[in-house]
Order: sequence, then C-alpha cells, then structure tokens
Amino acid sequence: MSTDKTAQPDLLRLATAGSVDDGKSTLVGRLLYDTKSVLADQIDAVTRASVDRGLATPDLSLLVDGLRAEREQGITIDVAYRYFATPTRTFVLADTPGHVQYTRNTVSGASTAQLVVLLVDARSGVVAQTRRHAAVLALLGVPRLVLAVNKIDLVDHAESVYREIATEFAELTAGLGWDPSAVQSIPVSALHGDNVAVRSSNTPYYDGPTLIEHLESVPVDAEPDTAGLRFPVQYVIRPRTAEHPDYRGYAGQVSVGTARVGDPVVALPSGVRSTIERIDTADGTLDAAQPGRSVTLVLADDIDVSRGDVISSVGDAPAPVREFAATVCWLAERPLRAGARVLVKHGTRTVQAIVDAVESRFDEQALTVTPAPDELGLNDIGLVHLRTAGDLPVDDYRASRRSGSFLLIDPASGNTLSAGLVGDALEAVRTVAAQPA
Amino acid sequence: MRVALIMTIDLTDQFTTGTASDIDALFAGRTTPADFDTLTALESEAIHIFREVAGEFERPVIMFSGGKDSTVLLHLAIKAFWPAPMPFPVLHVDTGHNLPEVLEFRDRLVQRHGLRLVVASVEDYLADGRLQERADGIRNPLQIQPLLDAIGDNRFDAVFGGARRDEERARAKERIFSLRDAFGQWDPKRQRPELWNLYNGRHAPGEHVRVFPLSNFTELDIWRYIAREDIELASLYYAHERSVFNRDGMWMTPGPWGGPGDGQELETRSVRYRTVGDGSTTGAVLSDAADNQAILDELTVSRLTERGATRGDDRVSEAAMEDRKRQGYF
Repeated sequence: MSTDKTAQPDLLRLATAGSVDDGKSTLVGRLLYDTKSVLADQIDAVTRASVDRGLATPDLSLLVDGLRAEREQGITIDVAYRYFATPTRTFVLADTPGHVQYTRNTVSGASTAQLVVLLVDARSGVVAQTRRHAAVLALLGVPRLVLAVNKIDLVDHAESVYREIATEFAELTAGLGWDPSAVQSIPVSALHGDNVAVRSSNTPYYDGPTLIEHLESVPVDAEPDTAGLRFPVQYVIRPRTAEHPDYRGYAGQVSVGTARVGDPVVALPSGVRSTIERIDTADGTLDAAQPGRSVTLVLADDIDVSRGDVISSVGDAPAPVREFAATVCWLAERPLRAGARVLVKHGTRTVQAIVDAVESRFDEQALTVTPAPDELGLNDIGLVHLRTAGDLPVDDYRASRRSGSFLLIDPASGNTLSAGLVGDALEAVRTVAAQPA
Repeated sequence: MRVALIMTIDLTDQFTTGTASDIDALFAGRTTPADFDTLTALESEAIHIFREVAGEFERPVIMFSGGKDSTVLLHLAIKAFWPAPMPFPVLHVDTGHNLPEVLEFRDRLVQRHGLRLVVASVEDYLADGRLQERADGIRNPLQIQPLLDAIGDNRFDAVFGGARRDEERARAKERIFSLRDAFGQWDPKRQRPELWNLYNGRHAPGEHVRVFPLSNFTELDIWRYIAREDIELASLYYAHERSVFNRDGMWMTPGPWGGPGDGQELETRSVRYRTVGDGSTTGAVLSDAADNQAILDELTVSRLTERGATRGDDRVSEAAMEDRKRQGYF
C-alpha cells in the first residue's frame, strides 16, 4: 500500500478466469497478501479457520471465499470484488468462479475488465475450459491477457512444461485475434508466491516481469481518442429555481470518445443538431470530458432531448436501427427460442424487442457451431436477429465495447437474460472453433 | 407477475425543500480536477449510479447512518444533480443507542441541505412490544424490521446504501444493484449478472433494489476523497478526549446501552471512531489523529481493518455479515 498520500495511482480493472481447482482463490489471496492489502485481523481470522479445518498452514483462499456455501464446498460460487494497491496503481479485481455452471459470472467479471488473468494448472496445461474461457474473453473484447501457469512447483519448475503451455496458449490467443504483445505468460506458484510479487529463483529460464510488476506497468487501454462521441442521456437536470430558472442540462457519462466545448453534436434518434456550449460538473466547468467521466452537457440550442437519447458527434453518428444482428451470451435457465419477446437495454434506453431468428449457436463447451439451432440454453453463445419497437443508435461491439453492448431482460420476471453484443462478434471465435483442437 | 413500470419522474418538489443557493454555496470556489484520476473515476461511477436510479425508479431513498460512508454517499448524491436539489429523501434507522454526536451531526446536515428525513425508530418498536430487547443488549440486529417496515410503508423502491465491497467478505459478493424480495432478503446464489455499466433495476411490486454507489471505494479511497472534497464528518471520527472503558480490546463509551461492567474501569483516553454504529457494539480506537491528513497517515500503517478493530457484531461468527444480509440487513 502506498505511503505517499498525495499520489493518485491510476486504476486497472481486472478479472480472473480458469477452471476449478486451478488455484484462483489462492492466487487472489496471495495478491492481497503480498501487496499488504490484508490486515492482521483478517489473517488471524483465516488462521483460526484454517486450524479449525485441520490445516497446517493458513489457507489463503479463505481470505476471499466469503459465503457459507463456498467455505463448505471449498469452491468459489459467485463473483467477488477485491481491492489492492501498489505505490503506482490501484486495482479492482473481479474474482470469478471456474465452474461451468457459473460461466455467467465469468462473463459478468470480464465485461468491464481491461485485463484478465487466466490460470492453468501446470500439470494439466491448456484444457478445454481454458479454450472456452479464452473464447468468451475474445468475444467480450478483453484487451489484455495474462496466462498464469500456476502450481509450477508441482512440475519441479520445469522449463519444458512452462514453454509448451505458453506456446500453445500463444497460438490459441493469436487465433482468437489478440496481438502477441497483449498476452503475457508467467510461471507462478500462488501457494508459495513464486513470481507473484517476488521473482523466483526456481525459474531462472523466465526473464519476464513478476505478476505484480506486469499489472503495475501494463498500459491501461482507453478507447482511441479519434473515436466519435457517444453520450447516453441519463437524466435531464432542470432546477426550476430562482437562481437557475432556465437551466437545462443533460446528465450522463461519456461512453465513447471525448466531449469538447464547441463541438457540433446530434441528438439521436431525433437527428436534431446543436453544439456543446458548456460541460458542467458540481465543481465547475470542463473544456473536455473523457470516457467514463460523469458530467452534464449544456447545448447551445433548446432542442428536445430526454433520457434514453444519445448525444453523438456529427461525422460518425450511428444510424438508428430497428433490426440488427447480435451475439448473445445466454445467462438464463429458460431457453431462448425464435419469437421470444424481450426487453433490450442499450445505454439508457430500454425498448421492447422480438427475437426474429436464432441464426447459429456456438457451444462454448464443445467449441462447435450449429447453424439454425432450435434454441439457446444456459451458457450458450449464439447469433440472433433482433427486431425492436423503437430506434436504437447502436455501434458494432467490435468497434466499441460500451456503445455496442446491451442487456436482454425478461419482461415478465425482470431478470437479466443475456449479455448482448451488437453485430457478429462470433466471427473470429468461429474461425478458431472450426480448427481441430 | 406484474412488473413495476419504469418511469422518469421528477421528485424534486415532493422531497426536498433545499434552495439552489445552498447547493451553489456548497461548491462555490471549487475547481474541477482536469485529470481523470482514481478518485475522479470512482466519483464518476457513483454519480452515474445515482442518475440511473433517478431515471428509472419512482421512490428512491438514501439510507443514512451518520457515518463517514453515508456522509460521502450524500455528498456524491448532491453533486450528481447539481445545480438542482437532490431528488431523494434520507432514511435513518435510529437504534436509540446512537452516540449523541451522530444525531447532532445528522440534524445539522439535514438542516443545511434542506433534506427530507424519515426516521425508523427501534425504540418505538421496543416501546409497543413489536421487538424485544436482546439478552446481549445489542441492537444492530433489531434494525432489520424497522428498516424493512419503513421501506414498505413509504413504498421505497430503491434504497441507496453506503456499503463497500472491501469491508467484509460477504459484501465483496454484492452487486451494485441488489434485488431484494418482499422480505428484504438477499440470496447470494440468485444474483443477477451485472454486465458492463448497464444496471437492471426491474423489480416486481413489493420487491425493492438496494443500490451501492460506493461499492468500489476502499476505506483509504473514502478518506482520500473526504480530504480532497473537504467533507465535514461527525466529530467523533477525529481524535478527542473521551471517557471510555476497555472491553475485549475495544474502547467503549458508556451509555444507556450499559457498561462499564465488572472489572472494567472508566478512563479518559484520546480516541477516535473508525465506524459509526450501535453504541453497544461499536468501539473507538486509541488515536491522536485529529485531522484528515493524520488519519490518512494512521490508516496506512494500521494493521487492523475498521470492522475487525471496532465492530463487535462481526466477530460473532465467520458468516455474521452474510447471515444478517440474508435477513434484510444492508
């Protein structure tokens, strides 16, 4: 933890993935422990609980497995969020379960991650679940990966084992579309701490960074600065007070691109144009606001804009559509069939929709593609055709994770049914699936 | 099952009496950091969450305990709607065992921002027999029923809380939008997936959603933010001389909740509180940290978490928080 209180380290959002029992919780416990993000009373509690279970040494996974059922079964059931910091960066980590039936939590954790640490057990190497997770992470557009070859101590720290796994993983991820510079492999032992915070003398063949060094130094990818503005309007701020009788501001969070004072904009779906006159915050005005920043835009003209609209740059504004192809990760028990009525939540707009067709199913467990399936079941990923009751200004997910993503919601129960990605995000994944394993 | 309609309505007139000049005065002379640093990113995330709820729910409310996290929560809510007044009332569950500084601070804050305050009183429930005092005298668990009744009686459909995921292992599993059934119960195995920054606030009549805008703040972030924003807190967060007694390593204030017990002696020590809760179970820590910078210095060397150091109720079992959350606790 930083002792320099004035420093404001930047923030990296990351997630873990991997199969059951490959040591994810232990690695996360180790990261917390080695960055001194765990305090004495938490260590005491874990030590007590470990002794109660008859263990000789503290089980670091107990630091993170927080639910009764998790401790009883010794597995992670749900996404947990963890926080740790080094002198140069703070981290928000989504620790996701590896069980196949909890793939939806992997999707949840990875949807906001700028980097995912994918674990494999050095004894088993790249297994089917590794390929599944890599495919899902490719689909979701996770910018950077770390392959942690864990339990390297259990294969006598063998260089040949590490090299073979790293090479196989590099081929897999290159095929899924990652640039080799975005993928880092590290041999680690989460249990003993090799190459997590401290460089291990057991792996002299490995000359790359430790896991923590890599997390501290890896570039945090932002949306390219040249991308056009997308600003979903959340709320119209109209004080109607004596001091601000005519104030009308559009509150929202910059989704893509940069909002700049003086830039011409268009309100979607109406298509009416104006100019950004001012960017307000409670602390004063800004000249520009970057992605992720919550601000209030004041436009030069009094045009009709309300919650659900998108304020966009003029040159590249998406044409609002009522029909589009989309890739969905089906997260519900109830299967999806053609003709289903759903709600689409895109940005701040929720509209009714009908699933016109289920065009293909990519079975992320079998890594096979089925054209025109009858239905999509739990954890299936597929290409569907949607028809909406209102205009949506969508972008392709491959161009923008933010403005190309949406939820499908069950209009009856209100439950979230699916992660939605505009366009055929499956294209690259399908190519790999078509190759023999 | 019928589902509540999602509507955008303006609750300003209903819930607040604050004038814009109060709000302007609060932020007068401030400048906006141009850098998008960690604290600004966390602030933006929280403001986004407040605005989503304002846009999609009919009757939101902010839970307020008088503690540092709820005070930061309120500060962020006011910022989110500037220059308009905050469109939510404030709900305080008063256990009857609050330290006097907390109630004094609550009332001053309500007055200054012109907030509408709803109080759910545990004392009322004890007086008419709806609740019984527990043998151990701890009132934290007794808050659950008055809280759920207040939510039901006022038909609140979104309830903001200041809980942070770094506080406790069960809270680390909590979603930002957390659906609660008609009994207020949390079921960790049936949580909705939370994807990108798209929050699903759909709920059936009788259900409500707990919303946690501070989820991704850590204790240190909270204190850095308090220092950066110069947020006023209840005075007991800063070191002061107090008459206290030691119980199980925690420095307790005597009061209507009892103490000191046998073998426990009152002594005057320099202490401060790290969390605000029921007087019977929340302890102070020995400290000379009298301002924000001193507290930041103290925190970076502290070897105890805020809950481990000062909350008796979390020491009860490995799953004390999970069990309370399942029953409707926040």
